[in-house]
Amino acid sequence: MKERSERSRIYLDITVRLFSAFSALFGLVILIWILTVVILRGISAINWEFFTELPTPPGMGGGGLANAILGTVIITVVATFISVPFGLLAGVYLSEFGGQSKFAQNVRFLTNILMGTPSIIIGIFVYTMLVRPFGHFSGYAGSVALAILMFPLVTRTTEDILQLVPNALRESALALGMPRWKVTINVVFRAAKKGLITGIILSVARISGETAPLLFTALNSPYWPTNFTDSTANLTVTIFNYAMSPYEDWQKAAWGASFLITFAVLITTLMVRYLVREKHGK
Amino acid sequence: MKLLLEPSTQTRNDGIFRLLTIVAASFILLIMILLFIELLSNSWLSLEKFGLQFLLTNVWDPVRQEFGALSSLYGTLVSTLIAMLIAVPLSLVIALFLVEMAPPMVSKFFGMAIELLAAIPSIIYGMWGLFVLAPLMAKYVQPFLQKISGNLFLFKGPPMGIGMFTAGIILAIMVLPFISSVMREVFLMVPNVVKESAVGMGATTWEMVKVMVRYGIQGMIGATFIGLSRAIGETMAVTFVIGNSHSISTSLFAPANSITATLANEFTEASEPVYLSALVELGLLLFVVTFIIQMVSQLWLKRVQKRMGVQ
Repeated sequence: MKERSERSRIYLDITVRLFSAFSALFGLVILIWILTVVILRGISAINWEFFTELPTPPGMGGGGLANAILGTVIITVVATFISVPFGLLAGVYLSEFGGQSKFAQNVRFLTNILMGTPSIIIGIFVYTMLVRPFGHFSGYAGSVALAILMFPLVTRTTEDILQLVPNALRESALALGMPRWKVTINVVFRAAKKGLITGIILSVARISGETAPLLFTALNSPYWPTNFTDSTANLTVTIFNYAMSPYEDWQKAAWGASFLITFAVLITTLMVRYLVREKHGK
Repeated sequence: MKLLLEPSTQTRNDGIFRLLTIVAASFILLIMILLFIELLSNSWLSLEKFGLQFLLTNVWDPVRQEFGALSSLYGTLVSTLIAMLIAVPLSLVIALFLVEMAPPMVSKFFGMAIELLAAIPSIIYGMWGLFVLAPLMAKYVQPFLQKISGNLFLFKGPPMGIGMFTAGIILAIMVLPFISSVMREVFLMVPNVVKESAVGMGATTWEMVKVMVRYGIQGMIGATFIGLSRAIGETMAVTFVIGNSHSISTSLFAPANSITATLANEFTEASEPVYLSALVELGLLLFVVTFIIQMVSQLWLKRVQKRMGVQ
């Protein structure tokens, strides 16, 4: 190491400390900045009509995004119902049966990779599977795309949480003569219930703000989502389309939708985290 | 309890249950295989027609049906590079602050704020980038950079706000939480003995950190990989601010394009089979690249964990 005077070493140390404190502060400032902008610009677009009316053409004034809100809810709920059973079962396999077998390790490996695959690629994939062959965009294609994104998330959290259940519990149930499937569902699941629900809610929050996978699948629509086999209105693609349009009232509506999505996601995430911490605290 | 069931029924039910879980787990494999096959077969037209030229030329002409994706590749590469140059050092010092410097309560609070940055949907970053950050960049930051750099070639051209530079900055903010959380874990993995011996020798905090960095350098490289694959695949925020122009410019202030932005903007407009196929090939490229990066980073981090005795 180079010789340095005592003083220069201390100055360098102080500089680095200040720099790192400022960097952490920078992260916080960005967060607050984004949230403030979303609140300030978003809240002025939110009113009763925003939740109850269909969108209007630019320049007309009035109107809302009720169809997109409903569409996002439907697409997300359907995606959840598709992915949760698969995710839970796959997670059970990894935690209860798979162990360190070659197959289980490969599944684990690919689960992680699928989790990190860019969501737009899932959009293209579902487009080639469910949109092009049928010749039209559809809400269920959007749901499938989101379900594929959610599947590895649920699998991973299920495995992690089931691993936390003490083995003694499984063993005592098995010793009583319970079959394995009953042990899993009646004992292991019950013990891990809170964790599982938390994991699923966090996964839903993660995917409900996704845009890229819906661009090529659900697309968007100015009408009520009455036909799930046709393009379906949703909030995130609406934000994209409206923000890119030159019309001021559409851009304003995009901010309103941004406000809604951001706070739905953040509040859910925070609430669930808080509940978990509460549980662990006691 | 239904112990009245005959044992054979119970074993059969167990077998069915086990099989169900295996089928569900196989779906992950199935999805990955189908994903690759679909992307490959749907980009076949373009692969056949343009071959390697697709990666090496910069023509994007839907009318004449000539496609070479160099501008998108270049944009992804440069914007990711800018993002990593900003995010890696920043994540390092943030992790340092959270682990070594801040009192527990402060660390918890800041840690949560950084984590929440990861929970904000990508499209919100896009809105903020386009309507808030870009105008600020155009008005203050970019003219300032031009002034102090003496009109360096990197900062030439009219300051428009949108372009490669702004996209890189937004990407940096978006990958920050991912990199810093892995860095944090790496710092926590360093045994106390290492830190104590450094401090015992009279090292300052920064000097102790240098020892820690040397100890955890492999984990930090893994963290960088994770950030890298996030940045490469990020779509909506980049699409909002990069400017969507299929031209390659040495200036970072010029509007550009990336693989993801090209896909997001043009995919639904592509009516010709060749056009669509060229876009799917971009998707295939993105998939292969992120797959490799993730594979390497997973294997790498596993090795590091083993070496540092955590499992």
